[in-house]
Amino acid sequence: MIPYDCIEQAAFNIMERAAIDIPEDYRQSIVELADTEQSELSCFVLKTMIENYGAATADRRPMCADTGLPRYYVKVGNDARPEGGFIALEKALRSATARATHDIPLRPNRVHPLWRTDLNNNVGINAPEIDWSFEPDVDWIDLTTVHKGGLFGTDYRMLFPGDGIDGIKRFLLDALIAFGKRGLACQPAIVGVGLGGSKDACMVLGKQAACLRIVGDRHPDPKIAKLEMELKDLGNSIGMGPMGFVGSSMVADLHIEVGYTHTGGMPMSVHTFCLASRRATVRIHADGHLEYRTDPQWFSKYSRRETVEWSQ
Amino acid sequence: MVAVDQRLQQVRFKVPATPEDIATLKIGSIVYLDGVIYTGREGVYNRVIEQGERIPLELPAVSNVNFHCSPAAAIEPDGSYNVGGVTATASFRFSKWMGKWFELSGAKIIIGKGGMSGQDYRDLFVPAGAIYLTTVGYGTGALLGRGIKRVIDVFWAEELGNAQAMWVFEVQNFGPFLVDSDLEGNSLFEQQGQLINANLESLYADLKPPALSRFGETDNRKDELI
Repeated sequence: MIPYDCIEQAAFNIMERAAIDIPEDYRQSIVELADTEQSELSCFVLKTMIENYGAATADRRPMCADTGLPRYYVKVGNDARPEGGFIALEKALRSATARATHDIPLRPNRVHPLWRTDLNNNVGINAPEIDWSFEPDVDWIDLTTVHKGGLFGTDYRMLFPGDGIDGIKRFLLDALIAFGKRGLACQPAIVGVGLGGSKDACMVLGKQAACLRIVGDRHPDPKIAKLEMELKDLGNSIGMGPMGFVGSSMVADLHIEVGYTHTGGMPMSVHTFCLASRRATVRIHADGHLEYRTDPQWFSKYSRRETVEWSQ
Repeated sequence: MVAVDQRLQQVRFKVPATPEDIATLKIGSIVYLDGVIYTGREGVYNRVIEQGERIPLELPAVSNVNFHCSPAAAIEPDGSYNVGGVTATASFRFSKWMGKWFELSGAKIIIGKGGMSGQDYRDLFVPAGAIYLTTVGYGTGALLGRGIKRVIDVFWAEELGNAQAMWVFEVQNFGPFLVDSDLEGNSLFEQQGQLINANLESLYADLKPPALSRFGETDNRKDELI
């Protein structure tokens, strides 16, 4: 049985890590982009961001004051037993969110969509979002938090099979150009592309591709992996860098996730995880031992399975 | 890597900014500020401009710098403040209030994310003798947080919530910012956007048209959406 207090504290700790410490995979990609960037203004922006990551870690203060919509992704081992069950687990995540908002502090971004009521704790109706997935034959729980701003950079479009790869490229360019101007998408971004599924699943897959896979990770299907690289290069050929200045640093990496979809359609979503790509993961073992990392390892052979039965 | 620091002009001056300070600023210059600044965004504008409430501090005597920002900050039960990171929010959404705000507040510098349209600069900023500074990145929350020395006051925290409240900060070496608009209404974002636009058509040259067009949106990729 994993104690409730242990889950709540672990959930709090990753909120703090996410807000303050930039994941190394993303930081390294910005260092590399700064090395190749030829535009003076774009290079200044990238160097300033690298300086900012250092200041955040040194001062233990959030790297970006827009701490986004803090939320959780939970992967539960089939043999894991949280104290109080899943209702208690959800309560622990809401409690940790409220506590972290005050103690770190995070910006209390969450408001009622109509009345704009702010409870100053990032908790409210349907908030924070908690996404669930499962893993066979293990007894741990992985908690991941993502702090992502949410106003610009995401779009959805229903494409059709006849649109093919050209259609995918066209929509990707449209989204990156539209939201890249003035840097509204806070690029260079980890771009997530969702392809297929139902409309809502398409959005979810693209979001998870952006936020839950690290720079350098490639899709296990070699043809999709190749498309990821092709689309990344396309994004960086626009001629646009950070803040929408002339440059070549638009896409730090690009990840595609696919889901079986309606035979007549090819829905696509685009998401951009920003210059403050904040994610942190903790594995809570059955004995309450905590292990931290910055790679969520959200997508697994099990989560991407295409068969009825699951066998290793 | 390009050696940037020698080539981009860097300036630092005190707030309230004098007309002379503002007149020296060129688009693309890097700016750091010392003195007092305040936050104000839709919550504050709505209260003052739509609901006719008095601005709760002496402007522009105390400050002529309005930051489009919500800090990652908490107000403790004993009334003290804990300010972590500070980052700007996108300014274009506040266009409809800026003309009146310049009149009421005497603001000469707006700091925010992403600038405003060239039209806004020419119609609203130039007549008010005001310029726009953009934050860098946009997520230099920690660097800007370091520049805040003290919270002088917070107004309307209860009514508007911490994120929309009017925070008054004493700042030191607060930046970096980039000058987006100057006193003539030139805009760095506008100029950079035009350079990028020159390449856009070639990106689409080999792509076939989509099966389904979209209704009600611009199809001119040189347009901005703000």
